Order: sequence, then structure tokens, then C-alpha cells
Amino acid sequence: MARRESWFPHLFDTCVWLAPVPIAGLFLWLLGDLVIRGGGAFWPVDTEVTGIRSVIVIAEQIIHFLTASPVRAGRGGGIGPILVSTGLILTVCMFVALPIGLGTAILLSEFLAEQNRFGRLVRRSLDVLAGVPSIVFGLFGNAFFCRFLGLRFSIAAGGLTLACMVLPLLIRSAEEGFRAVPESQRQAAAALGFSRWSTVFRIIIPQASLGIVVGLILGIGRAVAETAALIFTSGYVDRMPRSLGDSGRSLSIHIYDLSMNVPGGNENAYASALVLVVSLVVINVSARKLAASFLHREVSHT
Amino acid sequence: MIAGSVVVVIGAFVVGESIPALTHIGGSRFMTDESWHPAADASFGQFNLLPILIGTVLSSFAAISVAAPLGILSAAFCQFYAPLRVARWYRLMIELMAGVPSVVFGLWGLVVLVPIIARIHPPGQSLFTGIVILTLMILPTVALLSDAALASVPRSYLQGAAALGLSRATTTLSVVIPAARSGLVTAVLLGLVRAIGETMAVVMVCGNVVRVPSGPFDPIRTLTATIALEMGYARGDHRASLFFCGMILLFLVTLLVTTMEIVNRRLRHGTT
Amino acid sequence: MNRRFQSVSGVIVLACAIVVGCEDSSPAVNPTQPVEVKQVTITGASTLAPLLSEIAKRFENENPGTRIDIQSGGSSRGVSDTRSGLADIGMVSRDLKPGEDDLQRFRIARDGVCLIVHRDNSVESLSREQIIGIYTGEIRNWQEVGGTNAPITVVNKAEGRSTLEVFAGYFKLDTRKIHADVVIGDNEQGVKTVAGNPLAIGYVSIGTAEYDRESGIPIRLLPLEGIEASVKNVANETFPMSRTLHLVTKSQPEGIVKDVVEFATSPKVHDLVRELSFVPIE
Repeated sequence: MARRESWFPHLFDTCVWLAPVPIAGLFLWLLGDLVIRGGGAFWPVDTEVTGIRSVIVIAEQIIHFLTASPVRAGRGGGIGPILVSTGLILTVCMFVALPIGLGTAILLSEFLAEQNRFGRLVRRSLDVLAGVPSIVFGLFGNAFFCRFLGLRFSIAAGGLTLACMVLPLLIRSAEEGFRAVPESQRQAAAALGFSRWSTVFRIIIPQASLGIVVGLILGIGRAVAETAALIFTSGYVDRMPRSLGDSGRSLSIHIYDLSMNVPGGNENAYASALVLVVSLVVINVSARKLAASFLHREVSHT
Repeated sequence: MIAGSVVVVIGAFVVGESIPALTHIGGSRFMTDESWHPAADASFGQFNLLPILIGTVLSSFAAISVAAPLGILSAAFCQFYAPLRVARWYRLMIELMAGVPSVVFGLWGLVVLVPIIARIHPPGQSLFTGIVILTLMILPTVALLSDAALASVPRSYLQGAAALGLSRATTTLSVVIPAARSGLVTAVLLGLVRAIGETMAVVMVCGNVVRVPSGPFDPIRTLTATIALEMGYARGDHRASLFFCGMILLFLVTLLVTTMEIVNRRLRHGTT
Repeated sequence: MNRRFQSVSGVIVLACAIVVGCEDSSPAVNPTQPVEVKQVTITGASTLAPLLSEIAKRFENENPGTRIDIQSGGSSRGVSDTRSGLADIGMVSRDLKPGEDDLQRFRIARDGVCLIVHRDNSVESLSREQIIGIYTGEIRNWQEVGGTNAPITVVNKAEGRSTLEVFAGYFKLDTRKIHADVVIGDNEQGVKTVAGNPLAIGYVSIGTAEYDRESGIPIRLLPLEGIEASVKNVANETFPMSRTLHLVTKSQPEGIVKDVVEFATSPKVHDLVRELSFVPIE
């Protein structure tokens, strides 16, 4: 026993410290590759421009890329309309998924016992939903939202399909967050005379906001990363959408088209991927900050 | 409520669309036909799905066997070993990985990884490359869910272990991980399920050849890739057989999820 | 919580207002007159989608009040959606099959299909028999056709793709007998595969290959039957393996659909056709 205690912890420690290395290594390699290949789209071509002027030129090019419409099948111009479409799809997705998701999570964790049969059934179907391949979602979304409900190729159809995909992640994360709130809080609330719903809204949700936010981040991540599901639902059009009923391609579809379908689209494909990664960072960081502020507001300690 | 019904509707849809495949082609042909050369009319085509099914199973199971230990270890790293600042950056990076589209992973795999592997053993697009990319893609799912599971272990356990003078390694391995067992099992199984369902990246780096691989550097085709590649050009029985692929995928996922539930129930009763 | 909630919702409302504001500033909307928006939906081959997108944009600019939506999905999708009425026009990147005679077809451009290898591959040309041998798996090593001693990586297109059908049709190959090492979906995937593997051989659209080669991607286009693979040779009809790209409609087009089809097949868009490396129909 003593011998095991001496070398085994060190071995395990080494494994733990080593584990992130290949992960970070490969991923940073990927990111670096993106920056090099995509950054070229923003680098000033005119070599006479140097110093502070080059920074201004790069900034201009970035802004142009983010706001202009695609030109020459996407090889020139920018990704403005596509960013708007993607944003709208995400908004529809969240507007639909958040209420349903939170509601279901509350139901599962607060109002149903853990062993409850109905709860188990819901949980199981959610897990299955989480595992459905994105392309099957795309086909389903196309048949149900686009044809059966008559939405046709539209941002609304895309957002609804994505909501179906994101729901299981959101619910599971939120539920874990709710469950992590100690029973003592609920008992204290009951002792103070809070109603069930008040308890939920004023005590539990704020305390579980971390779990909710993680679910949200994972969900947005999954939604933004989606390609196969959206090709069949929100479509291919790269025009600025005028309403939720318009078709509009998402950023990942644009990246796919430029890299796999349009000759010469590589540079802008990588540049778009870079924009996507940067926006993800922004979303993640701000989501965490928002949750942190809720936490500070509602809970005086912890 | 709504969520449950969505699953049922999807299931019904997929099964409904697959029915022509089953009636015209018949279950056994999916395993005994010479190969996969589908046609709109069942009598003209060949519909052996076995190599494709094997491709899906091999790639996803291999990927999870790499991603599971890596993911759980890195979650332990984040929770117990790394200094706070490092842990925060690392977690941010993992969350970022979760949001990178499969197209980007696939593109990088095709343009960067495949040529390197092709030099070791052509063609480059292979089971091996698929496993690497899949591991990268499902790792965030495993890591983040494991992280949440490890974080939810009650403080008292950690304090107890510290009081007993246990090393960090022993605490993690013998106290925390067993306590978080059910959450970890969920994390791993959801990662596996995600690997099974991955489409775009697989299409770009696996080679898409319908053959049972004789080695890790041989190309493979998965069920999802088959649907993605052929759906736009398929009619009649071919289309139905693609929906049958979807049905198999749903069945696999349901099987795994049910297993996970049974395992978790056993584990929960064990610990109290 | 109330104040924070208010500020957050304020931001959201502001964002929505901005989005709505952007919509209204488009020049096509005239606030005094109700604008009748004429909509056309075009679906089909992914090869044609970028070209039709550009053509559609130009048409919309010249004819305000029209909206042309392009969706991809494959040539067969184009055919079936046109037949069922889901789309007004279909894009088909091959010649029409016997069972598709009920549709009206309009030629929009021409394209060639050629074989590509890596630039560093010493093989400069392949005969018909050699190509058939390579693709059926009888010839497995580059040495047998004058190259280095290394196995050939055969790149083939997925079943149902138009390029595959053109290739197999020209070489009279049964698609089942093709022995491939890599199966790809879209053209660029093939180019990237060959560019990343000095031992690979594949076939793609000539326009795509030529454009990529000019951009510096390390591929070489192999001549066929002694004719150099170039867009020029597709244009002067000397290159043997070529295909015609079509637009299809269910019946004789009328109204806005007719205008769109006429526009897309007119000389007004020949520059767009050439920009995407196809050959316009003169």
C-alpha cells in the first residue's frame, strides 16, 4: 500500500497535466491555421502602406468585410447579410428554446421526483434528441417546418429546427444547475413563506444561473456550428433578409460553400471562419459576465 | 412535454420515409448484397449497409475511447489542478472548441492533416484521420459535461479527503470521480452519441469509400456521410434506403441512451 | 435585478430597431406605393448555384421588386422540385435523362471535365486505356504508367453526381466497377484532395481546375486524347469530355419566370459565366 501511494499519485498527476497538451496543441494549431489563411483577406495588399496607416487600413477592411454584401459568389465583398441571417436564426432559436427549455428543466427538477416515470421518459427522449445526427434534423426540419407548416426555406424554419437541436443541451445543463442548488435553500424559502414559484424565480434560477449559462453557451455553440441542418431549412440565399420568412444562409453554410463549391473562395472562407471564432469568444465571455452579474445581484454570499 | 413529442415526431418521420426501403429491398439485402451501389429502383441496385455501419461504429467508438480519458482528465485538470487563471482560459478554449463548426474542423483536417497522413500512408483520408478529427470535436462535450459533474461533488467530500491527508491524485481518483460517476458516464455517452451523428467533418476526412477497412489507414464511409453525400441525388428506393440509414442511427442512439440510463440508475443506487 | 433586466431588454429592443431600420433603408421599398414583390425560386445543382446567385443579383438590380431565391440540393432535386412546383426553375448540371423529357430545358453554359494530378507528379498524359485501368483498379502503381514507384490514390465522385456520370459515360465505365481510394462530394473537395497528395488522381470540372491552378494550387490538368484541358478548348469544342449545364422548367415559362430564363441565357450574363470559369453558350 505504501509503495502504491508513492508513485501512483505522481503518475496520475502527470497524466492530468499532460492531458490538456494534445488538446490545446491541436486546437491552437487549427486556430493558427485559420488566422494565417484568413488574415490574408484583411492584410493590406498595397505594400507602400505602413505603420499606423496600415492599422487603419486593416480596420477598414475588417469593417468592410463585416458589413458589405458578398460579391462574385462570395469571393469578394463581405459577409454582412450572412451575419444578419445567422444572428436572426440564432435569435429565433434562443427565443423558442429558452422558455421551453427552462420550463422543462424546472418541471423536471422541482416538480417531479427524480424517479418519476414521466420525468424519466422525458429525460430519455431528450437524450435521444441530443444524439440525432444534424443531417436528420435537416431532413426533418425541411419536411416539417418548411413543407408541412408552410414556412418554406426561411430563417424561421432554420431557427425552429435549431431550437429542437439545442433544447436537450439547454435542459440538461439547466437541470444540473437546478439540482446543484442545495436543498437547504428551498427549505429556508419554504420556512420564510415563499410560494413554490417565487422560490423558483427568486432563489433557484439565479443560483443556478451558471448551469443555465453553460447550457446556453453550449447551445449557441452547437447552433452556430450547424451546417447540415440549415442547408435544408434556412437555405442558401446570401441576400440581406428582410423578414424572418426570408431565406438566408448561415455563416457555416457560407464557409462550406466558399471552401467546397466556389473556386477561389478559400481566402474568404477562412476569413469568415475567423469572424465566427472571434464572435464565439465574444459571446462566451459576455454570457459569463452577464451570469456573474445576476449572481452578484441576487445572492449576497457564496 | 414538447420535447418528448418532438422526438416521437422525428422518429415517426424517419421510419415512415424508410418504409419503402424495407418493403422493396427487404431487411436481409441490407446485409447480404454485394456492395453499396444504390439505384432508384430496388431491383437494379445493391444495398449492403454493413461496411457503412461498421465505419460508423469503428470511427465513433474509437474516437470516444480517446476522448473520454482525455476529456475527464482535462476536466480534473480544470477543477483541481490548474491555477485559477489557467483554468479559466482553458475552459474558454474548450467552450470555443464546442462552437467551431464541423465544416472548419473538416476543412482543417482535409487541408492540413490529410496531406501529412498521406505521406505516412496514402490516401490520407482514412479511419485514423476521422478518429483524430472526431476526437477533437467531441472532446468539448465530454470535457464540459465532466467538468460540471466534477464541480457538483459536494465540498464535504473534498474536505473529508483533505482531512484524511489524501494526495490530490488519490482524492480525485478515489473520491471525486466515483462520486461523480453518473455525470461522467453521461458525459462519455453523450460524446459517443455526438460522434455517431457527426456529418460534415467526416465527409471531408474519412474517404467515403464503402469498404470494411483492413487497417486504420484505410478509408471508411459512415452512415451520416452516406446520407449527406447522396440525399441530393437520390430518388425512389435509394432515397428510402437513405432514410433507413437514418433509422439505424436513431436506433443506435436510443440503444446507447437507454443503456446509459440503466447504468446510471445502478450507479446511483450504489452510492445512495 | 430589475434595473439590469431593463438595461438588457433595452439593448435587445435597440438591436431589433437597428435591424428593422436597416431593412427599411433598402432602395427597392417605396413607402408611398405598395410594392408587388415577384418571387422566383430556383433549386438544383450545387455547381450552378453560385453562378445563378450572381445572375439573380444582377437581375434583381435591373428589375427592382423581384426576388430570386437560389437553393442548392443537387441536380435531381432541381428536377423533382420543378416538377412538383416547389421551384419555378431547376438547375441541372448534366444533360437530361430520358425520363425527364417532360421538362423544358434551356442551355445556360458549358463545362468540361478533366483529370487532374498533383503538380509534382511526373506523369504528363494518360491514354484512354490507362485511365480506365487506373479507375478499375487494374493499374495500381504509378510506375506502370511512367511515373514513380508508388501506389495510385484514385479519387472518385459520389454516386449520382453529374460529374461522375459524365466521366463514366465518356469512358464507358460501369460505376460499380470503379475502384476508388477516396470518394468526394463537391469539386473543390477533389481539388484539395489531389493538391494535398502527390500520388492522387481525380477528375473535376475544367473551369474549377483551371482557376485553382492559376491561383497557385499545385495541380496539373491532364490532356485528353492529346487535347489540352482548358476552358478555351471547351469553348471551341475540341475538348472531348464536356457537359452542358441546363435550366429546366415544368412547362413553357411565362411572365417573370420567362424573363429570368431569358436573362440567364442571354449575352448580358456571359461575363458572369466566364468569371465562374464556365463557357457561355454563344
